Amino acid sequence: MEIGLAHYLTVSAILLTLGIFGIFLNRKNVIVILMSVELMLLAVNINLVAFSSFMGDLAGQVFALFILTVAAGEAAIGLAILVVYFRNRGSIAVEDIHHMKG
Amino acid sequence: MIVATLAFYLFAAITVASAFMVIASKNPVHSVLFLILAFFNSAALFVLLGAEFLAMILVVVYVGAVAVLFLFVVMMLDINFTALRQGFLQYLPIGGLIGIILLIELLLVVGGWTLAPEAVTAGFEPVKGVAGATNTEQIGSILYTNYVYLFQAAGMILLVAMIGAIVLTHRQRPGVRKQVIADQVYRRPEDSMAVRKVEPGQGI
Repeated sequence: MEIGLAHYLTVSAILLTLGIFGIFLNRKNVIVILMSVELMLLAVNINLVAFSSFMGDLAGQVFALFILTVAAGEAAIGLAILVVYFRNRGSIAVEDIHHMKG
Repeated sequence: MIVATLAFYLFAAITVASAFMVIASKNPVHSVLFLILAFFNSAALFVLLGAEFLAMILVVVYVGAVAVLFLFVVMMLDINFTALRQGFLQYLPIGGLIGIILLIELLLVVGGWTLAPEAVTAGFEPVKGVAGATNTEQIGSILYTNYVYLFQAAGMILLVAMIGAIVLTHRQRPGVRKQVIADQVYRRPEDSMAVRKVEPGQGI
């Protein structure tokens, strides 16, 4: 059986759904929420690379490279905010984070 | 062909299973390790798609930098993770409902969609690399010509992220003596030396 574009898109759709499901499931744990965001970005990358490969267009892979860059920056900044927040408050519960406003 | 098909199903199954374990495991350290497994298997899927460069970048950047950063933060912060798992089952029905609805919608979109053969050639000019070159050479040749400004912008994004992370987490500790080179350079003999006249046999 030939593996087509739809197979890769299905894997990517399942990964994206698992990422969104993880945000709902671990609503109190910021670290797992960040990991779920990484899963969703990975799903987007699989989509882009699959389209790029099956349509013979290299622009998709270049876009996936830029998404990788942004994901790395996002993880670094998010974890830095998390470390500073934990140092100030001693907890990373999501319910407490609304105290940061103002 | 049968080997490629079996490899696809193997890597896809491990990717999905480890992605499920990322969100379902009790210990966040296990979550990070399953995230690394998911990244490795997605890199294998990229290899199957013929995108070797992105597969290696995925391993180097995601596994080598991002996942290890997650692991570092999880192990460094002294967090009571059992308290954070309170309400796990409370959010399970609504989260599962939304997830299943979204998955069905996405699969309907994927299943009921075909690529028109003339759409590939009619609407746009596909970006192709040098014929006969490897995937890495092709990406390099179009990244440094067609997308060079975006490439520079990506570098700026990484620079801003690095400076931001350093500024956020850097703190001045009190009671730590540091070398101040300007003070050493501007130190003058009059500030630290004095010439005394000592009488013989008396001392100061």
